[in-house]
This record gives sequence, structure tokens and C-alpha cells, in this order.
Amino acid sequence: MAYTQDEIVKGLAEIVNEIAGIPVEEVKIDKSFTDDLDVDSLSMVEVVVAAEERFDVKIPDEDVKNLKTVGDATDYILKHQG
Amino acid sequence: MSKIKPGKGSPYARILGVGGYRPTRVVPNEEILQHIDSSDEWIRSRSGIATRHWAGPEETVAEMSLEAAGKAIANAGISAQQIGAVIISTVSHFKQTPSIATEIAHRLGTEKAAAFDISAACAGFGYGLTIAKGLISEGSAEYVLVVGVERLSDLTDVTDRSTAFLFGDGAGAVVVGPSAEPAMGPTVWGSEGDKADTITQTVAWDRFRVGDVAELPVSEDGELKFPAIRQEGQTVFRWAVFEMAKVAQQALDAAGVSPEDLDVFIPHQANMRIIDSMVKTLKLPENVVVARDVETTGNTSAASIPLAMERMLATGAAKSGDTALIIGFGAGLVYAATVVTLP
Ligand SMILES: CC(C)(COP(=O)(O)OP(=O)(O)OC[C@H]1O[C@@H](n2cnc3c(N)ncnc32)[C@H](O)[C@@H]1OP(=O)(O)O)[C@@H](O)C(=O)NCCC(=O)NCCS
Repeated sequence: MAYTQDEIVKGLAEIVNEIAGIPVEEVKIDKSFTDDLDVDSLSMVEVVVAAEERFDVKIPDEDVKNLKTVGDATDYILKHQG
Repeated sequence: MSKIKPGKGSPYARILGVGGYRPTRVVPNEEILQHIDSSDEWIRSRSGIATRHWAGPEETVAEMSLEAAGKAIANAGISAQQIGAVIISTVSHFKQTPSIATEIAHRLGTEKAAAFDISAACAGFGYGLTIAKGLISEGSAEYVLVVGVERLSDLTDVTDRSTAFLFGDGAGAVVVGPSAEPAMGPTVWGSEGDKADTITQTVAWDRFRVGDVAELPVSEDGELKFPAIRQEGQTVFRWAVFEMAKVAQQALDAAGVSPEDLDVFIPHQANMRIIDSMVKTLKLPENVVVARDVETTGNTSAASIPLAMERMLATGAAKSGDTALIIGFGAGLVYAATVVTLP
């Protein structure tokens, strides 16, 4: 089953909330993980690992660096989900 | 064909005593910052490390091992003569042969105990413990000394931003012996050699032979650089938080111990962020005491678990008889997790 954009953003919001303690309503598509959401490079790894499990995608290390915003991550998952 | 009589071992084994040695010189983050562009705040937030101990010239791998081993033997209430095997886990003993273990066995005053070194990096303590348990149960040794010892400062490139602040020196030792009841669960261990390049020594020793020198790494002033440990931090971090939490869970399951039954969690002290993440993933209840020795000890590889264990028992954070989950993981990549009763 493929996830919709809304479902992915909502899922990412829950993941970011769990890992960085940011309220879910602040996790919006235009937000930068590091600059706006207090997700540093190591928390980002945890977010990616959780997103892989939740959305059934593989996000290799070399791609993680390109996922700057919630929108970047959402697009990536939309494109690569299995 | 003759009939071969098997050895008579003890059905179960347990850790009977623990000892540690931390070098006298404490190195704060400020000192690390002399060589890399970083900050105390960055190092603390990404690793949880505030200070580490770096060994002086006299605090050799042998001397630190002897200090820790002496304490462990006294703590176990046995004499050195009763020790049947000495296992030393280290990656920073710089003589290829003989092993450091024979010197330790001799200088401790054992009666010609079997002695050998093992190389399993940050999983070395768990590997040693597992071998010790096997020796005791099949009867080749009654008491086994297991030491994790490192002088990682010797293998640290102080100008490498991704590792300069991580490593520390020290030794931790335990005596393992027979037990009437099970006090060590099955070990969940393994290796992932496909990831060998993610933590590795920069150059192999044989490259220092005349002829190869031109290809060796040199510093800014053109000096030959001593080999150091380098790593792909993010890849290792991801492996540790994702795969190692599963291994830790498997060790709990194998021992038939639920998180609620656990008293203490002693993961390899690599990075506070890895420790925090594992605690979360394993859903450890609040009452489980977690080793956070990395803050003042840094990553001491094979020594980190016994050092943390010793400190927790010494400060009263943990007590004798507590049930502890231990897990080591590192260069190889290798890992070992098991549940033990604390001495
Ligand atoms: C080493 C470790 C702390 C590095 O953290 P990291 O987030 O992976 O670091 P990165 O190299 O991806 O760099 C992230 C950012 O911090 C910066 N940075 C890297 N090292 C830095 C340092 N020492 N000080 C300040 N900033 C640093 C980078 O320039 C980068 O900035 P940018 O995003 O603006 O480009 C981390 O990867 C780690 O601990 N991994 C596990 C290692 C381990 O425990 N190994 C042993 C297992 S036995």
C-alpha cells in the first residue's frame, strides 16, 4: 500500500516528536530538520531509521544528507516507497 | 579407538569479581580543541563526553592490566594461583608476539595459567566472557581472568575531527568462576565483515616497511603519521542504534529476562546518544540503572563495560546480585550481548 503525502507528513511529525520532542503541529512540509526542528545530524539518523520502518523504504546514508526539510523527506519517501 | 574421558567442568559460571584502572591524567574537551575546529558544546551534545583519561608513559597496557586484574582477583576472593586461564582483549598492545596475556599471567603469579590475547575491539569483553564461560563449563579452567585494556590515545589522530574527542584509555577486569546456579545467559554475538571498512586502522603495520613509505599518510609538516583509528561515524551510529538494539533484545529473550526483570544496563560506552537511543528502543523501565560512564571516560573499547560495571558497584548505583544486560559492539564489525548476574 502506498502512503499519501499527508500520511507521510503526519508520520514524520510523530517520529520527530518521539525523537526530538517537537510538537507534531510544528512539523510542516517547509520546515528544516536542523534549523527549525532541533533535529541534529545524529537525531536525523534516528528519524531516518524510524521512517524506513514505518514507510517501508530504504534511505541509504549517502541520501540522508540531501533530506534538509520535511518536504525533502516526504518527496523521497513518496518516490521510493515499496 | 580408545575411549576419551571428557573434562569435568562446572555446569554454570558467574562473574565473581571486577576491577578497573583509569589513568591519572584527565583530559578535558578544552585540550582536544587545541587540535580540531570544534567546541565543548558540540562534543558534549553529539557524544556526551566531557572528559577522558589518557595514559602516561608509565601507564602501559601491561601496567594498567595488572592494576585492574589485581583488584578483580581480590574482589573475587581467590588467589592468582587458582586462575587457569588469562584472556586479554586489546587492540592497542603494539607487539605482535608474544601476547600480553602471558606477561600478565606470569606477573600476577599464576601457576602457568593458559594465556592468550583476543582481538574483538569494543565487543572484546563479551567475547572474552563467552570464552571464559566455555572453558569453565568444559573443565579446562576453574577460574578465568578476562581483561579488557586499551591505550586508544596511541591510536588517535588528534587532528581528526570525527574521532579526536571519542577515545580514552583504561583497563577493566573480571574473574569468572564456577557457580551452582546459572548467572550468565547465552551470548548473542556475531560479525559483519562486509562493514569492515567502517571502523579501521588507517594503515597496516607492514606498510611501514622501507619501500612502501611513500604511500603512507603524512601530517601537514610532512612527518609520517602513526596509524590511527578512523571511522564512518554516521554509518556506525546508524548500525549501533538500529541493529544493536535488536541484538540486546535477543540477549534478553535468550536469557528469558524481560525488561521489567532487569536491574542494570551496561552498553559499550561509545557515545551517550547511542546509549540513550538504545534505552528508548528497548523500552527499559525507569528503575533500570543505565551505565553512563562515557561522560568521564570516553570510549575505551574492550575496557568500557568492566570499567563501567566496577564504577556502578563502587558508587552503589548497582549492587551485587543485580541482573545486568551487557552489550559490546565495534570494529569488525563485531558484537556480543548477554545477561549476567553482577558480582
Ligand atoms: C562521531 C560522531 C559524533 C560524528 O557525528 P555526526 O553527526 O555523524 O557528524 P558528521 O560528520 O555527519 O557532521 C555533522 C556536522 O557536524 C560538523 N562536525 C563534524 N565533526 C565536528 C566536530 N568535531 N566539531 C564540530 N562540528 C563537527 C560537520 O562539519 C557537519 O556540519 P554540517 O552539517 O554543517 O556540514 C558520530 O557519528 C558518532 O559518534 N558515531 C558513532 C561512532 C562510534 O561510537 N563509534 C564507535 C563504535 S565502537
